[in-house]
Amino acid sequence: MTNKDNVILEVNNLKMYFPIKRGVIQRTVGYVHAVDDISFEVYKGETLGLVGESGCGKTTTGRTILKLYEPTAGSVVFEGKDLVTLRGEEMRMMRRKIQMIFQDPYASLNPRMTVEQIIGEPLVVHGLARGHQIREKVKDLLSLVGLNPAYVDRYPHEFSGGQRQRIGVARAIALQPDLIICDEPISALDVSIQAQVVNLLEDLQKEFDLTYVFIAHDLSMVRHISTRVIVMYLGVFVELADRDELYNDPLHPYTIGLLSAVPIPDPFVEEKRKRIILEGDVPSPINPPSGCRFRTRCPLAQQICAEERPEWQEAKPGHYVACHFWYNTESFKRR
Amino acid sequence: MADLLNVSNLETRFNTREGVVHAVNGVSFSLKEGETLGIVGESGCGKSVSVQSILRLIPMPPGEIVGGSAMFQGKDLLKLSMEELRHVRGAQIGFVFQDPMTSFNPVHTIGRQLMEPLEIHLGMNKKQAWDRAVELLELVKIPNPDDRMKDYPHQFSGGMRQRAMIAMALSCSPQMLIADEPTTALDVTIQAQIVDLVKSLRDELGMSIIWITHDLGIIAGLAERVNVMYAGYIVEEAEVKELYKNPQHPYTLGLLKSLPRLDVSEKKRLVSIDGVPPVLFKKPKFCPFVSRCTYRVEKCLQENPPLMPINDHHRAACWVNPQTGKVRE
Repeated sequence: MTNKDNVILEVNNLKMYFPIKRGVIQRTVGYVHAVDDISFEVYKGETLGLVGESGCGKTTTGRTILKLYEPTAGSVVFEGKDLVTLRGEEMRMMRRKIQMIFQDPYASLNPRMTVEQIIGEPLVVHGLARGHQIREKVKDLLSLVGLNPAYVDRYPHEFSGGQRQRIGVARAIALQPDLIICDEPISALDVSIQAQVVNLLEDLQKEFDLTYVFIAHDLSMVRHISTRVIVMYLGVFVELADRDELYNDPLHPYTIGLLSAVPIPDPFVEEKRKRIILEGDVPSPINPPSGCRFRTRCPLAQQICAEERPEWQEAKPGHYVACHFWYNTESFKRR
Repeated sequence: MADLLNVSNLETRFNTREGVVHAVNGVSFSLKEGETLGIVGESGCGKSVSVQSILRLIPMPPGEIVGGSAMFQGKDLLKLSMEELRHVRGAQIGFVFQDPMTSFNPVHTIGRQLMEPLEIHLGMNKKQAWDRAVELLELVKIPNPDDRMKDYPHQFSGGMRQRAMIAMALSCSPQMLIADEPTTALDVTIQAQIVDLVKSLRDELGMSIIWITHDLGIIAGLAERVNVMYAGYIVEEAEVKELYKNPQHPYTLGLLKSLPRLDVSEKKRLVSIDGVPPVLFKKPKFCPFVSRCTYRVEKCLQENPPLMPINDHHRAACWVNPQTGKVRE
């Protein structure tokens, strides 16, 4: 599945800086380096997991792909066209093929609209249905996502969190997109409901041949759903590999620490586990550390880490890492 | 070991505009000295309300503690006067809340807020309280504690605020610490720091802990005993390894199966629990889990199962043994 002809989305040197404005004349006094020079490809039919802690830029990456933010630099190539330079009608047509599912099912549905209006809106905007057809299509979509079609006239507040997220999913698939950016679609949901929504996403992927970029901070769920996984830290990529490769043989010290921090629901395993505790907090993206961004928390950091930004290199086939000492992390893992 | 806390038949409800919500429905549990008890459940299951009720920390009204007792060192906490209760809160029972952003007062320095309980409960003067507060910040591994005392809460990161919260909870050397989802708002590497800190403090100070969470992963590595709550009831209680190895309530079993694991590469479909938890406007005459349960039998609709002993360290509130599918004797 992962060969070069199958690339559906290509992101090159993407940067997203948010200006910080101060004072009466709103002068720009600095920038939040939310996403700083990242490149990756998404293959058709895969689920690309994007993980990292809060503030690492994973959500900004997702939103910038859809051009919900105007990127500072870089290109986002989808079906041979650079979305960054597309304007007007052309961009609108592209948006049909890339959709998004948002994190908060309470904030992403307009409380004054009925389910029919919410799910039907994209159909109307893109002229895919009119009149009574809309209602029929919305009903079909509702049963597709496991909701009772009789709910078309209800308002969002009449639904539970899991049901609302299903409505969000129905809205996203209404236009039959090729690519869906799932921005933490389950993190606001209760444990017993998360599995329902993940199963739904997997079923729809099979049925409609969808490609997902799955943004999350729950590393266990990302392992379950992803084909490949990218780890982000403070606006940059630190590691990318196939799912099992990344979890079985992480090379970047941050990935190693991150995986070690995740509790496993099994007291027999937890009893024997030796945790690697990463000290300190994530620094501010306004003034990111020079060189390697992780160096302030990295137990392996040397002089060079402060001076040079580590290159994004292929350590093994398909396994990329940005660390000056990736070949040396074995000892760290065993500690 | 003796029981430090013994809660029995605790019942709390909320009188809302939509009706009476039965949040906690006759919950009984105990905590031994030096023990760590985990209380697990999803939002709205009553895990926080049951523990907050013990210290009367729920807003009353609309909240109302209808019945039950909470014996702590020979006294029933539910019958103490507010004045007496104040001596227990903070001094004998420390509390760490979920949200480190809102549980500090933003207009006072961290130092001042840390010194307050020391002055009130232990009668320290300013100088003594300052020194002790610095010690406490050191204990929870906050760098440069002397300077940090003068900081305001917004100058602390989320993880540091939660550390300061723990320092405050421990300030009067309580016998018992209640931690209500203390790491839920934190990132996973910071969560690991906090859990590590609490474990080492527990071993150092020998206190009892009640840790409330929805995360079955944290509990696995931290608690000795676990209560699983659903719809205001304890539906299962067991020693931690026993619970994970041999879950005896369909809800516990379902939760454990629905969790993907970091250390397992099999790409199996997750087992999900259909439906959503009920909001109890009426106390059910039948099992509150019945509508979502795949093991249900006739009896489940007729009678709400009490906690029944499985063995010496294990009780479950289910008419059916989900491991065998047979109705219990």
